[in-house]
Amino acid sequence: MIAKLLATLKKIWVVLRKPSVHYSLGFLTLGGFIAGVIFWGGFNTALSVSNTEAFCISCHEMENNVYQELQSTIHFTNRSGVRATCPDCHVPHNWTDKIARKMQASKEVWGKVFGTINTPEKFEAKRRELAEHEWARLKANDSLECRNCHNFDYMDFTRQSQRAANMHSTSLASGEKTCIDCHKGIAHQLPDMQGVEGW
Amino acid sequence: MNPLLRISAAALVSVTLTSSFNATAEAIPADKIATLREAPLNVEPTPPVMQKVINSDVKEVRNYPMQPPVIPHKIDGYQVNLKVNKCMSCHARTRTGDSQAPMVSVTHYMDRENNFLAELSPRRYFCTQCHVPQLDAKLLVPNDFVDMDTLIKADINKEAEH
Repeated sequence: MIAKLLATLKKIWVVLRKPSVHYSLGFLTLGGFIAGVIFWGGFNTALSVSNTEAFCISCHEMENNVYQELQSTIHFTNRSGVRATCPDCHVPHNWTDKIARKMQASKEVWGKVFGTINTPEKFEAKRRELAEHEWARLKANDSLECRNCHNFDYMDFTRQSQRAANMHSTSLASGEKTCIDCHKGIAHQLPDMQGVEGW
Repeated sequence: MNPLLRISAAALVSVTLTSSFNATAEAIPADKIATLREAPLNVEPTPPVMQKVINSDVKEVRNYPMQPPVIPHKIDGYQVNLKVNKCMSCHARTRTGDSQAPMVSVTHYMDRENNFLAELSPRRYFCTQCHVPQLDAKLLVPNDFVDMDTLIKADINKEAEH
């Protein structure tokens, strides 16, 4: 069995090593280039399609639970008309981090296929666990997705309420706390917070 | 601003809902009470401009000793339900060190037989039943409430005259 497999692999290796007989070098390099453009372009297009709100809420699990909750928050509708959609907060913008997150998201495909959260009751039962994943992720990357828009260096404390200015100029400035430590549940409903630090 | 002029947000909302939708929020004359809509039925009147919530974080003086203190900040989107009480994430005893917010009084931990409980008493759990943020709004109805201290002072003055 293994000897057979090794023989096949060797055959492929021999073919790959041999110079082309029928195709010119120009055809192979240009063809390779064009195929590369098509594959890479296709990959990136698929990636950006999977990074839209429309894609996220094409699953009823997302549309009927978290998307409904988002709609009444300031990240959905506000005076200046800036909106944060699902991927703005849940997918890293940096390419390598984004791919890493997308690979993790294969677990979500598994969940979709097996209906892990396909009823409101099941979603509610999982809410704490799901929330904890997001808190852990944002804690680990120092609230990177918040900071993509909310840059600490650009904050004007004089325009904040006194309470906010106090907190931001002490705990946040010293790096002792990060955004998610205090700003939990700003875009979705909170789970039962029994035992969560700071609640 | 005179604290008496500030009416609670809850009161304002209820008054606005039941009162006319005229742009200037003034007291409703008695003869108009029967037609609170103040616009023909086939016309959609323009609602008044939304009022801003006072977000000064400065404690308001209570109008009478037993008044539930009003909230001097915005509470937009605060989740208070069976799962979580957002207010308590600052106003609980254990949280006041970090938040520097006033602690909810011990009466909130007492049941109606005055037994102290470990957690908030269920009858005191829903903060906005008594505590409300304030709007920087004009008075909708005149208020002739006289505070106790003013009465005492008036009394003393009267005695001094005799």
